[in-house]
Amino acid sequence: MNHWNGRKRAVILLAAALLVLCGVAAAGALAADQAAATDFTRKNLAPSPAFLFGTDWMGRDMLARTLTGLSLSIRIGLLTAAVSALIALCLGTLSATLGGWADGAVSWCIDLVMGIPHILLVMLLSLAFGKGFAGVVAGVALSHWPSLARVIRGEVLQLKGAVYVQTAEKLGVSRLRIARRHLLPHLLPQFFVGLVLQFPHAILHEASITFLGFGLSPEQPAIGVILSESMKYLTTGKWWLAVFPGLSLVGVVLLFAAIGEQLRRMWHPASVHQ
Amino acid sequence: MKHRLIFTSKKLLRMALLLLGVSLAAFLLMCASPLDPLQTNVGQAALGTMSQEQLDQLEDYWGVNDPPLQRYLGWLGDFIRGDMGTSLLYRQPVGQVIGQRLQNSLWLMAFAWVVSGVLGLTLGVLAGANRGKLVDKAVRGYCLLLSSTPAFWLGLVLLVVFAVWLGWLPIGLSVPIGMDAASVTLSHRLYHAILPALTLSFTGVAGIAMHTREKMADIMESDYVLFARARGESARSIVLRHGLRNVILPAITLQFASISEIFGGSVLVEQVFSYPGLGQAAVNAGLGSDLPLLLGITVVSAAIVFGGNFIADLLYGVVDPRIRRGAARG
Repeated sequence: MNHWNGRKRAVILLAAALLVLCGVAAAGALAADQAAATDFTRKNLAPSPAFLFGTDWMGRDMLARTLTGLSLSIRIGLLTAAVSALIALCLGTLSATLGGWADGAVSWCIDLVMGIPHILLVMLLSLAFGKGFAGVVAGVALSHWPSLARVIRGEVLQLKGAVYVQTAEKLGVSRLRIARRHLLPHLLPQFFVGLVLQFPHAILHEASITFLGFGLSPEQPAIGVILSESMKYLTTGKWWLAVFPGLSLVGVVLLFAAIGEQLRRMWHPASVHQ
Repeated sequence: MKHRLIFTSKKLLRMALLLLGVSLAAFLLMCASPLDPLQTNVGQAALGTMSQEQLDQLEDYWGVNDPPLQRYLGWLGDFIRGDMGTSLLYRQPVGQVIGQRLQNSLWLMAFAWVVSGVLGLTLGVLAGANRGKLVDKAVRGYCLLLSSTPAFWLGLVLLVVFAVWLGWLPIGLSVPIGMDAASVTLSHRLYHAILPALTLSFTGVAGIAMHTREKMADIMESDYVLFARARGESARSIVLRHGLRNVILPAITLQFASISEIFGGSVLVEQVFSYPGLGQAAVNAGLGSDLPLLLGITVVSAAIVFGGNFIADLLYGVVDPRIRRGAARG
């Protein structure tokens, strides 16, 4: 088993997780028509080999709806996590390099955003952008940056104090060159791991806010919509309407978490032993 | 004693400023909303049949035409005098609505907060003390699964199992349907709160457990634990005497920081179980563009969160004498 070292295992796991996610996203996009197709001759069917996830009260195939919802979640998750990580990168580096009042202002903003309970903040942001797709994206993207910004700020501050950076400064190396040669290589892995670890949060909050009615419109088969609609039918024993879509959402979130973990393994091998 | 007072008053001042910022941010966000409160609450069809005078009256009621700055300053002035305005949806003073709802929510949240804290700390200590063993792996897997599960879906599943299939517990609300308020007993309330409280207890466990585990694992490798082992102390005594004391401090901070998370969870859980708490009021206020109520809830919940952080800061000094002395010297 010697040639199966941790690094190779990490690469393979990473590739597998990515493949599954891409597969889900593609299948969801393909099944979009099928997800909307109603057929009243087959309504309220329990899960069977023909309809693995059962059908709902309008005879729509729950498997197709779930897949479409998941692909929607994945796309929104990617978009919002990328935007919020970029905000975190900009604000984190800015506050660490400028210092002084800029640092104070960013720290105050971080405290402010973290002080409002998360769901409430996403709700308010989504309202400000008129709910719907724009509301969800803005709400999740604009509320997830503080923790990563704090990490990046700390990292940059630490790097700025490092001997090799100070030496380079004394030797008259330009600031741009220091940033590129000395800061960026340290910062990037941290940033990417932070970015990937934002996905699970982003997806879960997208689903939550949609579930509460501040997110995607009811016509779109998002997981949050599916689950909130299912609430009306759960008491009559149609458990499959809620159980399978939620379970697959948990699966997707776990895959994203696994990808983040494997990336961390590859970039910070030492951290695995902590 | 003097430095404690300065420290405390500085913290309080910062908190007040942050609260002001929160209220302003929430107000601006709601003002920026393109959603017309008349459309959402009265409806297109009803609006079409109304006379201009009625429309003006409604617009006046929902405060559509006043300039934002004037509205905010008006709100702020009243707020400082202790008046949070009148809820447009419930047609009651906001303070009264929040007070009623908070009563329902507070002990739900308090129960979940205590349970998740104790559970998280126990799991974290167990995993950290047995790093790499089966217990550790089980706890880590459990935490990963838990943090990937949306609280509201967990609530739905528990609802299906315990309320629909087994029929042991009620499906929702905080009191039996159709019972008048006077005959509702405490046991009724407890009975209805079991499922929401249970669901809510699961949120927040993962974070505190994983942090405690890391800290505990570090401690188990420290010199003083090695020395304690060499003296022949039992594993139990090492964990209780050397581990727990050092782990409890970061755990307290995390636990107080998780108030915000618990509140967020309660919004979702209350929606699932139709539990008439603060979270449900927040959702209704948001969907119905009830600006005074949503603003009030945001400020009150932010105050609770900041208050939690503040208590954590104070407890730090109480629990750890080193910090107390450090502050006195600095």
